[in-house]
This record gives sequence, structure tokens and C-alpha cells, in this order.
Amino acid sequence: MGTTQVKKMLFILSKATIENVYAAFVMANGARMEGIESEIFFTFFGLEAIQKKKLEHLHVATVGNPAMHMPTMLGGLPGVEALATKMMKKEMEKLDMPAVGEFLEILSDSGCKLWACKLAVDMFHLKREDLIDELDGILTIGDFYSRADQEGTHLLFI
Amino acid sequence: MKKVIAQSEIDVNEEGYLLDFQQWNKKIAEELAKEHNISLTDKHWEVIDYIQDKYKNEEPLSVRGIKNSGVLDIKEFYGLFPGGPLKVSTLIAGIPKPKSCI
Repeated sequence: MGTTQVKKMLFILSKATIENVYAAFVMANGARMEGIESEIFFTFFGLEAIQKKKLEHLHVATVGNPAMHMPTMLGGLPGVEALATKMMKKEMEKLDMPAVGEFLEILSDSGCKLWACKLAVDMFHLKREDLIDELDGILTIGDFYSRADQEGTHLLFI
Repeated sequence: MKKVIAQSEIDVNEEGYLLDFQQWNKKIAEELAKEHNISLTDKHWEVIDYIQDKYKNEEPLSVRGIKNSGVLDIKEFYGLFPGGPLKVSTLIAGIPKPKSCI
């Protein structure tokens, strides 16, 4: 294997379903493990993943998700989303995947920068204390673009 | 691939990882560390011992495992082995690169 040309990964996480949050976390952490810089910008529903009260209660999407292989109407029944979420969490635990809160700690300790989107924070009427302590700050999208300050930077919207 | 290091010949793969742990010794580790601009301290050796133990017991290595190891925290781990701590520390310790994504 050759040396990667990727030097920095910037992720924008706009969703709060477990599969999207973990996709962002695994990629951001994987980058750090390879010696690549990484940062995550949490916007819109992605903010749920860094709200102290909400981050351990994220769900997998059972409605409008064809890969669940269940009729959309069934996915909307009470309890189905909770059950699917429980099953997925169990599988992830088997793979030694940390829970959302612990994963954020690992990311922060690994040097991954965590940012909240100012516009979305204002829109949802959130305060700094509603968000995790590990957060590096609240930025505008312009501020976040300025984090792309070197060759080999890539930006990914999730 | 053959590689001559610290007056011995070792077999390595294309990424530089030792193919046979029996060929590893502390002198080789020091030289491999130098190639990554690391000079090994007591703390480095403690980590190397820990990950070699894990390898001998066939336990998978992960960053989360390091966090719960009681040997060091993740910040220290990144500080000791810059440029991808699991990758670099296992190379120096003479064991295969972990297959873990987390």
C-alpha cells in the first residue's frame, strides 16, 4: 500500500440517525488512526449527537430506509424503531464499538476537533451548556471552511 | 522482503512490519523507532510490552482498548507515537498491523 495523499478530513454531520452518526465517527477516528487530521462540524439534526441529553438516545431510521427490508408502514408502528435500534446497538457492542458519548471522548482525546454549527445552534435555541464538554467551539460555516487550510484536505457531507 | 537493521537481517512486508516476531529484539525496536523519529523512553517500552502481551494472548488491539488498558490514555498514546499510534507502535513492537477500524 502506498502513502495516502489525504492529509485532513473535514466532516459535516447533518443527521442524527445512528447509522449516519457512526459513519462519521468511524471515518473521523479512522483518519486519526492513520495520522490524518480530522474534524467534525455538527449541523441541523447532527447536533443531537453532541447534546448531553440526547446523544445516548439516537435511533436507526426504520421508515424510508429501503435497506431495512421491511414495509414502510411496519417501520412506523410503535416500538419497531426502538427494537431495530436495540438490535443494532447489540451488534455494534459485539464489534467493540463504543457508545456515542464514549466515542466522542475517544475522538476528542485523539485530536479530532468537534465543532457545532452556529446557525443550527441558534435555530434550535441551544446553549453552550446543552452541548458536550469536549466541544471545541461554535463556528459559522465560513469559519469551518477556513479549517481547510492545507493541500490534501477533503470535505464530506453526511 | 529482507531488511538489514541493527546488525541483523529481518523479514518484513511491504509496509515494513516484521513477518516473524522471533526476529524482533530491543535493538531492532530502537532502530525502527528512529526511522519514525521516535526515541524510545520508559513509557514507550511500557506500551510496547502491553501491546506485545495483547498480541501473544491473541487479543485484538484497538484505540478503545488502549483507553481501558490502565497503561496510558489516548492523548498520551497519540503523543508517544505520532502519525497513527496503533500503526506505528505495532511496527516498532514487531507485531502485525491491527486490522481494526476503531
